[in-house]
This record gives sequence, structure tokens and C-alpha cells, in this order.
Amino acid sequence: MSITLPQVVFLFLATVIVIFSILTVTTKRILRSATYLLFVLFATAGIYFELNYSFLGAVQLTVYAGGIIVLYVFSILLTSSDSQKVEKIKNSKFFAGILAAIGGAAICIFITMTHSFPVSHFVPGELNQKVIGTALMGTEKYQYLLPFELISVLLLACIIGGILIARKR
Amino acid sequence: MEITMEYYLVISTIMFFAGIYGFITRRNLLAVLISIELILNSVDINFVAFNRFLYPDQMEGFFFTLFAIGISACETAVAIAIIINIYRNIRNIQVKNLNKLKD
Repeated sequence: MSITLPQVVFLFLATVIVIFSILTVTTKRILRSATYLLFVLFATAGIYFELNYSFLGAVQLTVYAGGIIVLYVFSILLTSSDSQKVEKIKNSKFFAGILAAIGGAAICIFITMTHSFPVSHFVPGELNQKVIGTALMGTEKYQYLLPFELISVLLLACIIGGILIARKR
Repeated sequence: MEITMEYYLVISTIMFFAGIYGFITRRNLLAVLISIELILNSVDINFVAFNRFLYPDQMEGFFFTLFAIGISACETAVAIAIIINIYRNIRNIQVKNLNKLKD
């Protein structure tokens, strides 16, 4: 049994995702939590690249790693004071959380493993940029102009809302 | 060993339930928001894996993920604006101190 390069890459990304997503929610310090989230997002972008969706990986890198994490770090530095850095977890909360997480994960993984999906195998092939562009700008079946416009309006509303909520009175 | 779709689904399941655990146990508003980010991200992995392995000549999963990334950016921006506003009012962003809508 030989291990090929894609398998090594996948195993590496999977390990990074599993370890850091658990560390994200178990670490006590909020800034470390944001940093671990950054690693998880990087590994997710790696998964998109590995599945031959380069455009999606690039979007993930620019929007999440470049935008959202910076926003998180700014707001953590703005809102944290020394007394609140370490938070304790109540025992009842801890058991409720761990029960929900492990029970749910066990059920979901069991169903995933026992359910027989239709024949699935990896089909390589990069999505052409032109194909993405026409699908994003067309109005016919399987084309996405309406959600694209909707999301532009949503982003505008979000900018205005953010300014209105956070401005000084 | 061939890497099948189930491997991706298991990874995203673990990520999702790590997010659920954080959502229940953390008491800092920003930590709760980070957990929500994990949940959204795991769903994106699911969409992409289904698209690539089950329906490789269609693009629905791809575009759902693209729009989901945009929407989660929106949601984070507005939520952080609200959190900073809360911090300005009560100098604190612990969940247990948020018992008033307006004062």
C-alpha cells in the first residue's frame, strides 16, 4: 500500500482542521481562539484548492483570512480588558456542551458512514473563469444574476447598518 | 486508500460540532461569533464536496459556497458593530451581563 501525494496533502489538511477547530473552542484566551480560527480557514482554503476549485479557495483566502479575521482581531483588541481575558466555564454548561457535541457528531458520522451515496468518485477539472462569469451574470436556468444582485444590495445595507450602529453619538 | 466523499463529510462534521460546543459553552460574545464562523465554514465544505463528488458537471454547490462566504462576511461585520456598541454602553461583552434591550 503506497501513499500518494494528494493523500498526504489531504491527511495534513484534515489533521490541521480537526486539531485547530477543537482548539478554537477550547482555548481560554480569545485572541488565541481567533488565531486558531485563522488556521482552520487556511486549511479550508487548502481543501478547496485540493478539490480543484481555485477560485473558491482564493475567495476564501481574501474574504476570510484577509477581511474577517482582521475585523475579529481589531474588535478583540478594542473590547478586551485584563480582567476578562480568562473565562471560566460552569460545570453544567460544560457537560451540556460536550454531550450535545459528541452525541451529535456520533449520530452524524454514523449516518454518513452507513448511508449509501450514489456512485461518487473524484472527477478532476478546473472550473473555467469564463464559465463562472457567464453563470454569475446570466438570467437563464442555472444562472445566478438575481442572487448576485441581491448580495450586492445586502452588502450595501450591511455597510450602512454597520456605520449607523457603531457611530459615536 | 482512495479518498472518498465521506472523509470530507467527517471533517466538516467534526468542525460543525466543535462550533456547536463553543456556541453552548463560551460566554464572550466574540467567542460565540467565532463558533458561528466555524459552523458556516463546515457547511461550505459540505456543499463543495457534494458538488465535486456527486455532480461534477454542475455548479450549484460552488455558487452556494460563494454566496455563503459573502453572507457570512456581512453577518460578521454587522455583529461586530453591534458588539462594539454594546461594549461602549456597558463596558463588557460577557453574555450574562446582557439583560437589557434598551436603557
